[in-house]
Amino acid sequence: MTNVFLTIDGKAVQAEEGTNLLQAAKKAGINIPTLCHHDKLEPYGACRFCMVEIEKNNRKKLVASCCYPVENGLTVNTKTENVDKIRRILSELLLSISPSGAHVDIAKQYGITESRFKQTENPDSPCSLCGLCVRYCAEIKKKHAVCFVGRGIDRTIALVPGASDTCSSCRECLDICDAGKITYLVDMVQEISCPPLRPFDRSD
Amino acid sequence: MTKFSSAKELEQYRQKLQEQRDTKKTCISICSGTGCHAYASEKVVAAFEEQLKKQNLTNMVDMKRTGCHGFCEKGPIVVIHPHNYCYVKVKPEDAAEIIDQTIQRGKPVERLLYTEPKTEKKITLETDIPFYKNQTRLILGNNRKLDPKSIDDYIALSGYKALIKTLTKMTPQQVLDEVKKANLRGRGGGGFPAGRKWETTKNAPAEPKYVIVNCDEGDPGAYMDRSLMEGNPHSVLEGLIIGAYAIGAHEGFVYVRQEYPLAVENTENAIRQAEEYGLLGKNILGSGFDFTIKVHRGAGAFVSGESSALMSAIEGHVGEPRPKYIHTAVSGVWNKPTCLNNVETWANVPFIINNGAQWFASMGTPNSTGTKIFSLVGNVNNTGLVEVPMGITLREIIYDIGGGIPNGKRLKAVQTGGPSGGCIPEKYLDLPVDFDELYNVGSMMGSGGMIVMDEDTCMVDIARYFVNFLSSESCGKCIPCREGLRQMSRILNDVSQGKAFEEDIELLEELAEVVQMSALCALGQSAPNPVLSTLKYFRDEYDAHLRGECPAKVCKALINYSIDPAKCKACGLCLKNCPVEAITGEKKKPHKINSELCIKCGNCLDVCKFNAVIKTTGKQKTAKKVN
Repeated sequence: MTNVFLTIDGKAVQAEEGTNLLQAAKKAGINIPTLCHHDKLEPYGACRFCMVEIEKNNRKKLVASCCYPVENGLTVNTKTENVDKIRRILSELLLSISPSGAHVDIAKQYGITESRFKQTENPDSPCSLCGLCVRYCAEIKKKHAVCFVGRGIDRTIALVPGASDTCSSCRECLDICDAGKITYLVDMVQEISCPPLRPFDRSD
Repeated sequence: MTKFSSAKELEQYRQKLQEQRDTKKTCISICSGTGCHAYASEKVVAAFEEQLKKQNLTNMVDMKRTGCHGFCEKGPIVVIHPHNYCYVKVKPEDAAEIIDQTIQRGKPVERLLYTEPKTEKKITLETDIPFYKNQTRLILGNNRKLDPKSIDDYIALSGYKALIKTLTKMTPQQVLDEVKKANLRGRGGGGFPAGRKWETTKNAPAEPKYVIVNCDEGDPGAYMDRSLMEGNPHSVLEGLIIGAYAIGAHEGFVYVRQEYPLAVENTENAIRQAEEYGLLGKNILGSGFDFTIKVHRGAGAFVSGESSALMSAIEGHVGEPRPKYIHTAVSGVWNKPTCLNNVETWANVPFIINNGAQWFASMGTPNSTGTKIFSLVGNVNNTGLVEVPMGITLREIIYDIGGGIPNGKRLKAVQTGGPSGGCIPEKYLDLPVDFDELYNVGSMMGSGGMIVMDEDTCMVDIARYFVNFLSSESCGKCIPCREGLRQMSRILNDVSQGKAFEEDIELLEELAEVVQMSALCALGQSAPNPVLSTLKYFRDEYDAHLRGECPAKVCKALINYSIDPAKCKACGLCLKNCPVEAITGEKKKPHKINSELCIKCGNCLDVCKFNAVIKTTGKQKTAKKVN
């Protein structure tokens, strides 16, 4: 495996080719917050907390470090004004959905406990739709029992119709859930273990 | 029909077609594009067919259902060749008169000619109408000359000539060099140089390679890709085949929206015809080059027009964008090098090959070469599809081609680039329209939507409308787009209802900047444009809303209707037309509007013949800051 050399927060860092900036930073002891990344899973780039600023050909650019591959000679800054601004606003956006969940810790790091945005009506789930459960079930377990349904603000996690046949009841989706085993995931898994399964209804 | 196995055979066939065609024979060409179709052009066609039959003229006169002519405001459009008389707003009952006057006697039917609004002069010839005269119709030009369902029409008009030149006289590298030299930029939105994209895919090591036509046009009010795909599908296919040859792809896709049934039908028909003629398939025209095209129908998500989302959809997944730090040109469909370009971009390619890069680059500006099709809509006299060389000013498009603003109103702003474009204020009317200039003033070329807004438009309402649209079209994958647009939409709703405060506007601006910087795909990254551009140029309107006033008197929460007792003649018309019985009054006594009941629909204002209904804005702000 070839190594590449880059600079992260002024530190010379060596990383394996094919890895991403987030992994390289972690190896060098630099922590970048993230909600949707998992080393075992394909990069997803949805939570945007891991955005960092890179410098290439004298041009600065904001990228999601979980998806950006390491490059020789790249300069990376994980703490800049814009990066902080993004993380602050993202924390506030998630706090407006739910006062609890994995985002609360990141918010605290930025001294944020309250959101300036209006609270979403009936905040009942700390789920940030990071998709760890969906992707773990598909990529690692190869079961495809959990999926996303709906678009935009109606997006939510659901069981694939007929999931009781495919789900192996491993409950690893619960373990991987950063939001602290969100309630409806628990309900869903229980539902599968206790047939009959209520099929997913599009009109819901 | 036999397959052509060489370029020579195709050229011989073309010659035969051209000889057979009598240019002096009368031809009634009726626009069957989307706009005219909606104006019942099919009934006009039927009426002409019936009349021709009645008068035993069927063999003497040709009839052609053509693609969109672009002058949709005046549809259905009928052009009589070879006279070149153009009739607008033609009704089925006009057919008899046109046949009698024009076809039998060669005289124009005065009442059906286009009338220049300023001079009230009738214009007889199609080419003299200012709407057409001031355009450069390169890509759209053939739409009105051919039947989109006939490959012979396209071939007779020099169609597939560029393909012959490509396959017989040029190497793939030469084709690529020509497109690079022409500096053709992507017409779909980003304006990325097409030649560079082609080169990246060509040089990417993996095989096979794919080429894609993006016809997932979804911007409200934009329909140039649709009109091309419906009106001249072979021009797009020809461009795609040439591109595939240059890149080294043997398989291509046309991604077209399911909501464009005619585009789907005409594209599939065109592919079938091209296959029959040996212009697609194995060993095209005996050159040894193989290429096939499949049509993929989109399922209706706006975001699927984003290249990585579109490719996910082709693979059979949900159309959601993926991070693109490795370009789709290198790793696209099934992780193979994939070159995706917009409909209009591909349609430019045959022109570049036929006429050369230098000729192409002589049109437009140095960095934005060629022409661009805009769909000119909104508060403008001549709505329709407009093709102009890049670098033309907004003023020329709106006033010379578009015929200015209706009802003597003043222009306020022009919104370009679709829902995620920006609003350009009147002071930039002399701005040359090209990729870079539009970007510099906070808007973008996008796919070519151009919405003209007059003084009665509320810019806060416009920003609110577009953000709402984008929020409901967000796929929901990334947080800044899903949650950020939701909150932007909320704040804008508050502003339009007079419930917002100064700090809300500051928060809106901060949020807009973060969404722009951090969203996953171009939908989210450009979604704040309508907000940021209106904040930049129309901040005073936001401030007015904070005070409880809507200067354009649009936002319902901030306007009131009342009746001027001095002007009211107590005719009772408003009273009859009020849907909620909010108006009271008796004979000979001025009427009154009960503001508690009024839903501010504006019916009373529209029906009053005495201008007695007054619309006012400004309300006492009672809402307190709650959070």
